[in-house]
Parts: sequence; C-alpha cells; structure tokens
Amino acid sequence: MNFLEKVGLGKSRSAKDAKERLQLVLIHDRAGLSPGRIEALKDDLIDVISKHVEIDRDLVEITLTKDRDRQRLVADIPLAPPRRRR
Amino acid sequence: MSAKIVTITSGKGGVGKTTATANLGVALASTGASVVCIDADIGLRNLDVVMGLENRIVYDFVDVVEGRCKLRQAMIRDKRLEQLYLIPAAQTRDKTAVSPQDMIRLTDELRSEYDWILIDSPAGIERGFRNAIAPADIVLIITNPEVSAVRDADRIIGLIEAEEKGPGKLILNRVKPEMVRRGDMLGTEDILEILAIDLIGIVPEDEAVLVATNHGVPVASDTGSRAGRAFQNIARRLNGEEVPFESLDGRDGFFGRITRMMKAGGEG
Repeated sequence: MNFLEKVGLGKSRSAKDAKERLQLVLIHDRAGLSPGRIEALKDDLIDVISKHVEIDRDLVEITLTKDRDRQRLVADIPLAPPRRRR
Repeated sequence: MSAKIVTITSGKGGVGKTTATANLGVALASTGASVVCIDADIGLRNLDVVMGLENRIVYDFVDVVEGRCKLRQAMIRDKRLEQLYLIPAAQTRDKTAVSPQDMIRLTDELRSEYDWILIDSPAGIERGFRNAIAPADIVLIITNPEVSAVRDADRIIGLIEAEEKGPGKLILNRVKPEMVRRGDMLGTEDILEILAIDLIGIVPEDEAVLVATNHGVPVASDTGSRAGRAFQNIARRLNGEEVPFESLDGRDGFFGRITRMMKAGGEG
C-alpha cells in the first residue's frame, strides 16, 4: 500500500491482498503442513543431507507450491562453495 | 416421490446458513413442491425464528430421536405455504443427542412423502456438522467474500469430499457489488478460482434480508428484493433449470464472464 492509498486518496486494492493471502494459507491448509512444520522438516533435511555432502545451510529453501491439481514440496539446496585443491 | 436431501453448511458461523435454508424452503415451496426444513443446530435453535414459527413449537427433533413423539408431530406447517414444514432443533440439549445414523433413519422416513428435505447445519466441523451431512444427496456450501469465511469453506469442501458427499455447490452470500468494483472485495471469479467448486448462486448484500427476518417472513416470499430473487434463482437451479447468474454490478460483462467460467468448469 502506498502513501496515497493509506490516506484514502489512491485506488485501494485490498481484494488483491485478500486473494494472495488466501491462496498462500490454503496451500498450507490443504497439505496439512504449517509454516512451522516446514521449518522443522527443513532442519531434518539439512541434517540428513549434510551427512553426505557439504551444503550451505543458510540458503536452503523449502517451499510448498501448487501446479494444476497437485501440490509439491520444492527444496532448493545449494552446496557449499567448492574449495580449491592445491 | 423421493425427496432430494440438501444440506446447507459453511464451517464459519454467521455467513447465512439459516437464512439460506429458510429462503430456499420458501422458494422451493412457492413453486408447489413439498419441503421439510430441519434445524440440525441442536442447542442453538434459530431456523424457527427466521421462518417465524417460534410460537408453534411443541416437539423438537430430539423428542423424535428419543421416541417421545412421532416425526409428524414435530413437523410445524408454515403460516403461508401449505407444503412447507419445519422440524425445530432442541434448545436445551447438545449435538451428541443425535447421531448421523439417526439423521439417516429419520430423513429416510420422510423421503417417500416430500420433494425436498433441507438441513440447516450448525457451524463448525464436529458432530453437528457430521450429523447434518450424513443423509445429504447435495451439499450447498455458503460463504461470504472475506478471507476467514472462504478459508473455512475450503476446509469444509475438503471434509465433504472425504465423506464422499462432494463435490458440493457454492452460494456466495452478502456480496457488495460496489466494493467488488473498486477492488475492495473478493469477486465471484476470485473465489471460484480459489475454491475450485461450481457456483449455484450469488446473493447480494440486501437490507431487505434483515427487515424480513425481523418480521419472521423470509425475504424470498417477496419478489421485489434482490436477495429474494437470488434465492428464488438458486431454488430454480436446484430444480435443474438453467438460470443465468445475476448481473450484480449492472454491467453486461459480468454475467458473460461467470457463464464462461461455469462452462469451462463443466468441461474440465
């Protein structure tokens, strides 16, 4: 919301906000996975993968998405920067 | 004759289940069909006051379930429509006084003698809701254009499908066309896209509903109001008629877009 909208002069688009927030919350509702549970899952996943390969923990991202009729858990797991061998 | 059993439910309270049940009862009975409305909100009886029949109650649904009276004795005939009846909820008991099997057994008794049985579900997703959908042939989910009501509707749609009572049809209630137009209220298309469900009616916000309820005469008795007409149209669609969706904002484009969406939904 910009300044003009806040003071009631610009065109408000609160319905757009409502739609976007609903779509996001319903993705979690339908999967039965709250954002908190996804964080816990992320921590477990990091532990398991770290046993096999060095990863950049801070950049790991787990997101719930929806395409057509199927929901998808998408994990983006960047590896740690390669160390140069001499 | 074999009645169709229609349950009106929502998840969230206060979105218009009882008002819709009373009005669909009136609208269906006005076409000459015989209709029994059952208040399944045990402990929070309200369909009686909305229909204006609160002074005629002798027995209630729990009295029937527990064998204190016959089903016919608990049926109250409407003041104006000869073929419209109400079975009131008990006011001093709770949802556990009735089981889903009781609902199926008692509605089966009515099936052969009436055209429609409408069940007004309580809010929530617990026992009362389970009771209300147990005998349903058709489930109507009613919602308002606000995030909490739509979210609860989505949950209810999921539960109805899990109970194999789906897919259900949507009534969008209390729409303010001018707010939709200026981008401050979720529109019909937004809500249908989010919920992925078929639409059976759009009811505009209308002061006539409260005025009618004050008098205990459902607004569908009066063809002059927009909400009354909207409920009559839903009744016609329940009867299998193809009735175009109301153009709430007075523009031609609106109804055309909704019709296209319905067609796309039907093919997909």
